[in-house]
Amino acid sequence: MDLAFGPEHDAFRTELRSFLGVEWQPGADVAAFRRKAVEEGYLYRGIPRRYGGSEQTPDILKARIIAEEFARAKAPAEVKGNGVQMLVPTLLERGEEWQRVKFIADTLSGELKWAQGFSEPGSGSDLASLRTRGELRDGQWVINGQKVWTSYARDCRYMFALVRTEPDAPKHDGISYLLIDLHQPGIDIRPMKQINGGDDFNEVFFTDAVTPEDWIVGRRGEGWSVSKSLLKHERNMLGGIDRSEAMFKSLLGLAKRAERDGRPAIEDPWVRDRLAALKAGLEVQRHSSHIQLSRELTGEGGGLLQLMNKLGQSNYAAQIAEVANAIIEDEALVSPIGNPRPGNERWVDQYMNSLAAAIAGGTSNIQRNIIAERGLGLPREKAV
Amino acid sequence: MRFDLDEQQRAFQLAVTEYLEAECPTERALAAHDAVELDLGIWRGLMELGIGGLVVPEEHGGLGLGLLDLAVIAEPVGRFAAPGPFIDHALATIALAVAASDKQKAAWLPLLASGAKRATVALAEAKGDWTADRWTLDGEDTLTGTKRYVLNAEGADLIVVGLANGALGLVEASAPGLAIEVVLSTDGGKRLSTLSFSETPFERLPVAAGARLVDAGLVLLAADAFGGASACVDRAVSYAKEREQFGQPIGAFQAMKHQLADMALSVAPTIGLYWYAAHLFDTGEAAAAAEAAALAKAHIAEVYPRIARRMIEAHGGIGYTWEFGDHVWLKRALFDQVYLGSPRQHRMRIAKLAGW
Repeated sequence: MDLAFGPEHDAFRTELRSFLGVEWQPGADVAAFRRKAVEEGYLYRGIPRRYGGSEQTPDILKARIIAEEFARAKAPAEVKGNGVQMLVPTLLERGEEWQRVKFIADTLSGELKWAQGFSEPGSGSDLASLRTRGELRDGQWVINGQKVWTSYARDCRYMFALVRTEPDAPKHDGISYLLIDLHQPGIDIRPMKQINGGDDFNEVFFTDAVTPEDWIVGRRGEGWSVSKSLLKHERNMLGGIDRSEAMFKSLLGLAKRAERDGRPAIEDPWVRDRLAALKAGLEVQRHSSHIQLSRELTGEGGGLLQLMNKLGQSNYAAQIAEVANAIIEDEALVSPIGNPRPGNERWVDQYMNSLAAAIAGGTSNIQRNIIAERGLGLPREKAV
Repeated sequence: MRFDLDEQQRAFQLAVTEYLEAECPTERALAAHDAVELDLGIWRGLMELGIGGLVVPEEHGGLGLGLLDLAVIAEPVGRFAAPGPFIDHALATIALAVAASDKQKAAWLPLLASGAKRATVALAEAKGDWTADRWTLDGEDTLTGTKRYVLNAEGADLIVVGLANGALGLVEASAPGLAIEVVLSTDGGKRLSTLSFSETPFERLPVAAGARLVDAGLVLLAADAFGGASACVDRAVSYAKEREQFGQPIGAFQAMKHQLADMALSVAPTIGLYWYAAHLFDTGEAAAAAEAAALAKAHIAEVYPRIARRMIEAHGGIGYTWEFGDHVWLKRALFDQVYLGSPRQHRMRIAKLAGW
């Protein structure tokens, strides 16, 4: 058991702290800051310089230190979103050189935003049953159909999409991975209103939308495996606990401020009991992430624990939401929707958001299948 | 950075696991629930493997290792639901190692390390009085009063007694005025007694290490509970792979998969709680170690009975039979849950220790 990072990494942390102290102030030019951080090797470490990355030797501990220190300084780290997290690794793995040159650097800088076009109204967990059609006509793909749950589609210039191009092939072999410009007449994007009042996600309709023949990643019919090439990169997702920790701290703050039966809620034995239980839940996640980190370093890999991160975190968000609701009690009668400065009723919003965490990116029941089949070795569902 | 066991800890754990695999099949753990006599065989075997000396300083015949090294042994002991003494003797040994005078250490530690003598601890008094700040028994040279829920006291040679102000004392089993009244134990792998002291001579340990002793106990219970809960998951998973209904293993049904996945999620990631608590006990500051020990015990020992229940549900009717043995884990879970204090009590301590 050695919880120190060691002298080399401590020095790295010191260096990074002074970099952040000098280069980042709230309100500074984010793009310029990111360029400097890339030059210094702090961001996009796994991506070659020629595509806009900083091309560093892989070092899981440095990656962890960078995540911790950027969060501590509240400095903008790598751009979040489908482009950086899903498309870029896919292009690095399976893309053509010209595709990498054309798309990666601008995606990393945040200039190019990408929508993910996977789910369809009839194809959710059974994604490979998707029916949006792509036909090659006169050197371009002509696309007809519909995608759904497309987050931030209205802010995105492009979409990477799974499209059925080989209708006669078996289900998994008939799909291609296409890149599509969303700024064209054949695309109609309609926002969907969510239970929390927001409208981050959208329906996207394709009516003879077009994309050039070579805007395909991998070959025709390989789209399913191209979309799965991401799985390798999931290894980097070691279950960071930033969100869980922030939620717990925030709940603790609520318990100190809010009153219950005329006294600060934090003095109520039930609240104290639940807070202590949630603290244990947070520590479980922290230790699990440290175990996974340690086993990545030795090459053993995160194994079963890694498969559990998503379900563990979304369960935790739901537990936080329940305790928060029990603390705010009748303040939950007031809606935070449409209120720019909500009081304690903003926890109603967290209550809704915790449901999104249990659905987006693979529902909790899908996570249970993954844990059971890949983690516990139970018989696989017969895929049709 | 390595938040994991080292090679030596893994090797010790493997050796004990292999020993228990051979010596402690379910039938043996179950037999203890039917037997009149306490099963001392597993404890003796563990002593022969040198487990008794893990936390004993080298000058007193031990290996001078830490609580983490012992806790990683408590995990397989819990996994196999090994009957007989373990945590009781271990805690008495720790009490002497951290609180005794050199003379007391020299007199007892080599004997406890080798297993030539067996010891236990007497801590609880009135309902719920498990932590050192709640003990009231006291005296100049003799003790008069009672201690409840003492483990495996019959046949023990030495009893470490918790005293007022977190102090500790030694009572030899042969001391006059000591009466042992056996109480029926829910966990049939152990024997429980109420000890009555009537002007019973005792020897005080110079360091008032009662609180630290309880912290060590919480860590060992958490490790036992983690091992036991893991065994419950494994038993349910392997049954789901073998048992067929409707022409397929029941583990192919999503209802089973989801139940088993939820069980595994409740257990597997909690291992770090007891590792970290043990590590802080060995190297950290006392208040932080106390909080981590309470967190580990409160969390894992509450998970364990729930998981044991779900294992029995997964087995269906056979799980409810005495002979199948599932209840051995359920009953040990009920023990781990409340021995040394309930999860609720420890969460109240956590709230205080955290300064809320």
